[in-house]
Amino acid sequence: MVDRRGAWRRRHVLAGMIGGAATLAAPSILRAAPAGKPVRIGGTLSLTGFLAQTAVIHKIASEIMVEEINGRNGFLGRPVEYVLLDDQSKPEVARSLYEKLITVDKVDLIQGPYATAPILAAMGVAQRYGKVMVQSSMGIPKLQTYDRAFPATPFGPEPDKTYPNVILDALAKFPTPPKSMVILTSKFPSAQFMALGMKEQAEKRGVKVPLYLEYESGNRDFGAIAARIKEANADFLWVGSLGLESNLLLESLRKLDYTPKNHFHLYPAPGPLALSPDGDKALCSTFLEPDEPFMSRPGMKRIAAEYKAKATKANLPYTTLDAQACGMVSEWQILEAGVNGANSLDDEKIAAWLKKNKVTTVYGPMRFDGPFNHGDAAQLIKQVQNKEWKVVWPTEFAAPGVKLIAA
Amino acid sequence: MPSATLLGQALISGVLAGGLYGLLAMGLSLSWGLLRLVNLSHFALAFLAAYIVYELGTSYHVEPWWSAAMVVPLMFAIGAGQHWLFDKFKVNELASLLITFSFAVILEVAIQLYWTADFRRYETEYATRSIKAGPFYIPVLELVLCIVAGLLAWGTWLWLRRTYVGKALRAAAEDPAIAAAYGVDHKKLAYLLSGIGAAYAGIAGTFIALIATLAPAQIWAYLGVVFAVVIIGRLGNPMGALLAGMLIGASESIAMAVLSPAWAPVVSFSVLIAILLWDPEWL
Repeated sequence: MVDRRGAWRRRHVLAGMIGGAATLAAPSILRAAPAGKPVRIGGTLSLTGFLAQTAVIHKIASEIMVEEINGRNGFLGRPVEYVLLDDQSKPEVARSLYEKLITVDKVDLIQGPYATAPILAAMGVAQRYGKVMVQSSMGIPKLQTYDRAFPATPFGPEPDKTYPNVILDALAKFPTPPKSMVILTSKFPSAQFMALGMKEQAEKRGVKVPLYLEYESGNRDFGAIAARIKEANADFLWVGSLGLESNLLLESLRKLDYTPKNHFHLYPAPGPLALSPDGDKALCSTFLEPDEPFMSRPGMKRIAAEYKAKATKANLPYTTLDAQACGMVSEWQILEAGVNGANSLDDEKIAAWLKKNKVTTVYGPMRFDGPFNHGDAAQLIKQVQNKEWKVVWPTEFAAPGVKLIAA
Repeated sequence: MPSATLLGQALISGVLAGGLYGLLAMGLSLSWGLLRLVNLSHFALAFLAAYIVYELGTSYHVEPWWSAAMVVPLMFAIGAGQHWLFDKFKVNELASLLITFSFAVILEVAIQLYWTADFRRYETEYATRSIKAGPFYIPVLELVLCIVAGLLAWGTWLWLRRTYVGKALRAAAEDPAIAAAYGVDHKKLAYLLSGIGAAYAGIAGTFIALIATLAPAQIWAYLGVVFAVVIIGRLGNPMGALLAGMLIGASESIAMAVLSPAWAPVVSFSVLIAILLWDPEWL
């Protein structure tokens, strides 16, 4: 007699896999719609104020993810409702609103706000009520000391040490590796934190830093700064910029008839820098770009298409899904995995499950068992090539045929 | 120690950047000094003008100079309309702060609703042009801004001192009752001055669109420094506003070159405090 039990198990496993794949692939209307009392997820974003230009990206990503999750099975069979409030880019407002979300609106779960200062403010409230808080934009991981706070972006526990070395490794591959570096940074906390790390690591690896400068966020005039950079004339320019500061700096340098040999920008506005005549060969930090191998990750193509449609409708000037938007996608993926994994809306159970398990996100698999609940660092380098951002380093993440180019 | 070239270049950059401070300060100074109205919405009007210039340039490829020709009269009309409200509700100096602040917030939200909160940058071929003078580079756009600001300041100064309307406005600011006794219709003249102040915001906005980054929250970026400029330059004095703007711009830029760029925001208020302590006769 032939033992058919192995085949039976294989058939069931195969059937399960096919069924799961069909569920994910099928249009949401063909699946069982979540029913019952909605699971309310509360959060704030800086919809107004100086962080608003980035928060709108997170808002769109959230809308997409709530639709995606409800298109699957919601949370534990119940529809998800996102209760979004505007913290006006002010930490004190974020703190009050999270207090309100938890105590007055009585939301079931919370999502983190955008940017380090509002996250820190919200984290205190989350800690007081024992809520799990997933956030995607705290650039200084060591400040995330709350046990139930989880990062949705793979900065790693010490990005000020790991990421500068990724950059220095890439620069070492240039035909003439830079021997000197000017570091210019905004005093925005996460940018300044990374700039200090860059300086330390560069000097450790024998790259001289003849000029280190800090400027206030929202600096109006880069003329004098450009003159100092030109005078230092280093082999490499590292800029801890936010938004359009990089464009303004490069324009100021061009007014002085100076083009930096090679230059890196930390958190620039991606579209304007890529399209700027000064942006060619600019390097920048990223976690993914809408290219291979990233687009082959589950759901990426669909999310990228939805993001483009919604961003265009919202009149955003840059409508490509990038690492910034994916931070919020990852937040929802982690929360969904935590709820499903724990099979509960209980914060303690969700936190315990997340600490023991890996979650598949748009950034790849993420774990939360390291210092400050961080896992592995996965920061990459992208470069403007033919007016488009392309991941160039580490080489295994570069799109087919794309290479790091020295200016 | 910074080189002479660096110091010279920083001075040029600073003086030219100060031209924008002066241009923004002019309208505010006129309204505060001669109408006794502190118009905080001046900054919002400048940014509204900047956004319109940006929109006309990027969507309809209208040259900025033609855009300015449309925007400046529009701003004049808004300024005059604003004064109608001030007049109707008999707004005083203190109340004007609150009311114009509210107006600025409403404009900020309106700008955000239409153009979103995202950064906008009007890329033009003029933006990076400069003239080489020995070891120094003079940015063309900022130079044009300073020339325009200088002409406006000088023209307004002459208008206030040499014409009947200007003299009447100054007299009404000094003592409205006595001025009225001499036949000065302060109410009518106030509409004209309010319109001119807003038109100056329109001119400043045109240059902001070409030089700076646009985001709704940027409306407030110039508030502190321009207030310092208005006070240093004396209320109601357009030439003073321009010179004070250049002084602050140069001081900020030299601080950036010699010390650290992070010191720049401290400079404007340090200069203001130093001048207030010095208390010169012209202040």
